[in-house]
Amino acid sequence: MKIGVVVFPGSNCELDTQHVLKNLLGQKVNLLWHEQHDLEGSDVVILPGGFSYGDYLRVGAIARFSPIMESVIEFATKGKPVLGICNGFQILIECGLLPGALITNGSLRFVSDHVLLKIESDNSIYTSKYDRSQLLKMPIAHIGGSFFADDDTLGEIEGNDQVAFRYCDAEGNVSSASNPTASIGNIAGIYNKEGNVLGLMPHPERASESLLGSTDGLGLFESLILFN
Amino acid sequence: MIRAEVIVTLKDGILDPEGKTITGALDGVGIEGIEEIGTGKYFLLQLKTNNLEKARSSTEAVCEKLLSNPVIEKYTYKIIEE
Repeated sequence: MKIGVVVFPGSNCELDTQHVLKNLLGQKVNLLWHEQHDLEGSDVVILPGGFSYGDYLRVGAIARFSPIMESVIEFATKGKPVLGICNGFQILIECGLLPGALITNGSLRFVSDHVLLKIESDNSIYTSKYDRSQLLKMPIAHIGGSFFADDDTLGEIEGNDQVAFRYCDAEGNVSSASNPTASIGNIAGIYNKEGNVLGLMPHPERASESLLGSTDGLGLFESLILFN
Repeated sequence: MIRAEVIVTLKDGILDPEGKTITGALDGVGIEGIEEIGTGKYFLLQLKTNNLEKARSSTEAVCEKLLSNPVIEKYTYKIIEE
């Protein structure tokens, strides 16, 4: 399988993502510069974390107009898997591939912590390797990751089974006490309607080796490989 | 020469944590008479045209496509002729 990891000016998780997919999972990974249109035959495209364009204007707002995004949007529209992690999620929202918005954390603080996630959706190409009841421990590190949607949009997201992950506590309870960013509905990640595009604020690539405190992120990449 | 001043603010009902924090500092500053402070962004546009109508349409286009996110933000603008 060929995986394309897009690099924007200010991306900083592309090498971590490449490391996990290449060195731990034996996949072919191409880093794709944002100014190119060619996805180089990728089967999966990943928009990595970072601070593209210094988070100027709004997070993800300028990267969304990078030349490569036209190809990424076309790729996603064909039903191919597109994964956005952290800043990548923000870019997917800005370009309209995912609904809602990501706003400044309720605490106004940059939150860097390990969080627990509840898997919300069955039969996703991104979670098939997990046991549905499993709680996933992954780190988050952002200030602009509080998910927001108006009532109608939120109703659609919930109704279409588009919530991928919610922040929860060790017992799997979803409450304001287990909501590090004041995200609406404790939402940590969502799918598009078709389920081929996933955006999430937590970093699975930083939770793929026991040395880093958790291997719970690995299953997400393994699920994608299984799908392909 | 035509310029446009654009102000982008959060829509009603969207949490403005920065505005809330600034409002919270009012007591410490010792200024009375202000109920609430909201925040937003200011942009100054230098238009390439001298045609008012064209200036308006470019300004609105950039507000909608780039400067604001319609999910959470609204904008106002003022055209300035010099």
